[in-house]
Amino acid sequence: MTKEEKYSLAKWAMNHALENGAQQASVSISNSQSSSVEVRDEKIDKLEQATQSGLYIRLFVDGKYSAHSTNRIKKEGLARFIEEAIEGTKYLTEDEFRTLPAPELYYKGGGKSLKTLDSEFSKIDPQEKINLAFAIEKEVLGKDERIISVSASYYDGLNERVMVTSNGFEGDTSSSYYGLNASVSVKSGDARPESYWGESAIFFDKLKKEEIGKIALKRATDKIGQEKLESDKMSMVVENRQVGRIFGPLISALNGSAIQQKNSFLIDKLGEKVISDKLTLIDDPFIVSGRGSRLFDGEGLATKERKIFDKGVLKTYFIDTYYGKKLKMDPTGGGTTNLVFKTGTKNIEGLVTSVKKGILVTGFNGGNSNGSTGDFSYGVEGFLIENGKLTQPVSEMNITGNMKDLWSNIGEIGNDVNKNSSWLTPSVLFEDVDFSGI
Amino acid sequence: MQVNRRSFIKAGSVAAVGSIILPPFMQSCQYIQISESVKSYLDHFEVSTEMLQKVIATAMSKGGDYADLFFEHKTSNSIGLEDGKVNRAYSNIDFGVGIRVLKGDQTGFAYSENITLNDMLNAAKMAANIANSNAEFNVGAVNEKVPASYYNITKKWSDVSVKDKVPFVQQINDKIFALDEKVIKVNAFLNDDTSYVLFYNSEGRLTYDYRPMIIFGAVCVMQNSDQIENAYSAHSFRKGFEWLNEDLVDELAKEAVDKTNILFEATKPKAGEMPVVMGAGGSGILLHEAIGHTFEADFNRKGTSIFSDKMGKKVAESFINIVDDGTLPNDRGAINIDDEGNDAQKTYLVKDGVLNSYIHDRISSKFYNVDPTGNGRRESFRNIPLPRMRSTYMEAGPHSKSDIIANVDYGVYVDNFSNGQVQIGAGDFTFFVKSGYLIEKGKLTQPIKDINIIGNGPQALADISMAASDFKIDKGTWSCGKDGQTVPVSLGLPTVLIKKLTVGGTNG
Repeated sequence: MTKEEKYSLAKWAMNHALENGAQQASVSISNSQSSSVEVRDEKIDKLEQATQSGLYIRLFVDGKYSAHSTNRIKKEGLARFIEEAIEGTKYLTEDEFRTLPAPELYYKGGGKSLKTLDSEFSKIDPQEKINLAFAIEKEVLGKDERIISVSASYYDGLNERVMVTSNGFEGDTSSSYYGLNASVSVKSGDARPESYWGESAIFFDKLKKEEIGKIALKRATDKIGQEKLESDKMSMVVENRQVGRIFGPLISALNGSAIQQKNSFLIDKLGEKVISDKLTLIDDPFIVSGRGSRLFDGEGLATKERKIFDKGVLKTYFIDTYYGKKLKMDPTGGGTTNLVFKTGTKNIEGLVTSVKKGILVTGFNGGNSNGSTGDFSYGVEGFLIENGKLTQPVSEMNITGNMKDLWSNIGEIGNDVNKNSSWLTPSVLFEDVDFSGI
Repeated sequence: MQVNRRSFIKAGSVAAVGSIILPPFMQSCQYIQISESVKSYLDHFEVSTEMLQKVIATAMSKGGDYADLFFEHKTSNSIGLEDGKVNRAYSNIDFGVGIRVLKGDQTGFAYSENITLNDMLNAAKMAANIANSNAEFNVGAVNEKVPASYYNITKKWSDVSVKDKVPFVQQINDKIFALDEKVIKVNAFLNDDTSYVLFYNSEGRLTYDYRPMIIFGAVCVMQNSDQIENAYSAHSFRKGFEWLNEDLVDELAKEAVDKTNILFEATKPKAGEMPVVMGAGGSGILLHEAIGHTFEADFNRKGTSIFSDKMGKKVAESFINIVDDGTLPNDRGAINIDDEGNDAQKTYLVKDGVLNSYIHDRISSKFYNVDPTGNGRRESFRNIPLPRMRSTYMEAGPHSKSDIIANVDYGVYVDNFSNGQVQIGAGDFTFFVKSGYLIEKGKLTQPIKDINIIGNGPQALADISMAASDFKIDKGTWSCGKDGQTVPVSLGLPTVLIKKLTVGGTNG
């Protein structure tokens, strides 16, 4: 579907809703394509290809609200889909807080180009994609006699979306992605440790295409001889790519729905110092080719650069239109775009070197965090650090504590941000973490 | 009959009643529901056996060994309550066909959201590319297979108006508030899915399945001075509207309040290794993580599971029998056929303590030269089938729950979980305990909460030293993720004692 066709269908669907009993509506039409190839044993193991389309409609009917989606987007079926959705909505209870956003908050065009789409997407030779996966596999095959399984994969995709609302918003987005992964298993005794490495990019030219297999193999062999240590309170360095797992609960606690529904440990904390002054964090939607970059959010609200934490002081919640009304707060957008940390001076090796006794966490295994209290417990693996050196691979241990305490006990923030994600997390050193083992 | 009054939940779906505008695929069955026959499913998807054969012939045209077509039409509806009102509803329709071609253990896959012959042939050509020769495929006879019926229901969700569902969601809110004055918020939800599946493969098998699913539950938030805690209750089955009644509302409301209340007194245990008693029911998460995934034969075929060399070997005490079962009536993990058209089965993974069977899909059962176990499952027509669990449980053992607890000097008793994970190769598995109790000198004492427990699969299985007779299947809303695909499962366990696992907690 062309962009014009999507706009035309979206407006038709919106008008059909308005003509059949809805007072307000918003409609998004999206389509995407994706392909992937996975190779094993120097053969293609899986080859997948897909294109898909979808319509998403939000309906405001007599003060009542519902939302619906379908991948059957031919007009004749859609007409009835919309009519029935409106009929059904009438049986719900009125909700005075449900409206479209105030039009003055919408993105109105003229923003800078965020460069989230590779215009060369359709020109990449399918054979070249397959060859890239084979090349990654080749980096590993035969390189270590303990290898029992290697797989490598290439994937890419393209997403396009248009959105219209009945109070004047029109906007469209498009983005592309490419990625390469390797997964390696090795055998030592009964254990078969495995590891994985991947790289991704918005532009094919920017995709890192080498070393991925090599890194996966090293990460797998480094795990050989993993042991469980004695329970202890120790320092913890968390690798940049893994930080999101323990940072996520902090972001969830800032969500408008969590605040209003009392499922947050950061209720009524705006303007207060809630975590370490070593943490300063900005949500920046305008990074050129950033993974989370956008000019407007899912409701059409214009995005803004916002400070989330300033030296540990909480500066903003993530508030959408609905919870903004319920909380009597101004909307700030429903979620994160690009999270940018104020970084320190050391990379991960530097952080490890500064630790007398602790654990470098390179992977999490299960666990969870209690949304309303911030109490957490996660399985971890990684390496024992003794006097600044990695001395022993570690697994089958847990860390347990409270999110507020953990993030108040930052020893140091690294400078090695993970650019493979919209959360640009550096490695982080924490002090006094409860590890459980033997 | 009400016109357009029962419509919302079946927007655009098969059971549209008395509507004026019928989408094209509806014309063959009017407002009558799709009936349980191959003909009715073919009509529903507007395909003929001749079309299916043409698509299969194209899929096989590059020399594939096998091909299959998986048609799916799924309607999902959800209504939700927040701040005392049933004030939101969501629905989704998903429709399409997945086309898969196998060459040895290699897979080519494509799907189409449009079921015209042309669209299907294009997808078949893409999937065919996994093979690279030219071959003549001789289309065989169509072999119609009537599936089992493990989930008979009285009233289909596609026949139920949103109006009839709203009162139950409202009631659970009101009951929870009435049960405890500490309650400050309730979020309640009723989610129903209806999925119609039509399956055809290059061996001629033509079969179908109708798959209902319901989830009903509520999150309860309570405040005691400045401490706020929440917990939820939710049950899920392949059942129809008749499942909803006042007793169920009472049961769920009480469960949500009880599970939240215990958290106010709960603390964290001391960190370290200790005996763990797993209560009957939801503790089946142990089997799912510690054993189930590592028995999935794709991992074993590739040699990446810690159980790869253990077939026929003693892996547990002789009183232990572990089953993966797709045939439990109305169970969340039940399937009439798997997503490769094979019959669901009851499969003994561990029989009298000995590893008896892996969990197979088509590719792995060919690799191991065994009969399929009916575990080839996929999230939707967009995904390829993988070996997946159904309902995974341990049968009753010879001990009693009270003896098991009396046996522990210091340890934990756990019976309420939120999630788990496993590393297939290392065998390290975890499960997160929402709440439980300390065991001190053979008695349950202090409540505990929010701790992760970690262990090693083969070791934990060997360390199960007692199992009680109180086996039950959990009623919870378990969903299992693997390779980015989520499928509904269930699990169960009698009360068991594991000699030691590492329990999250505090030091000193």
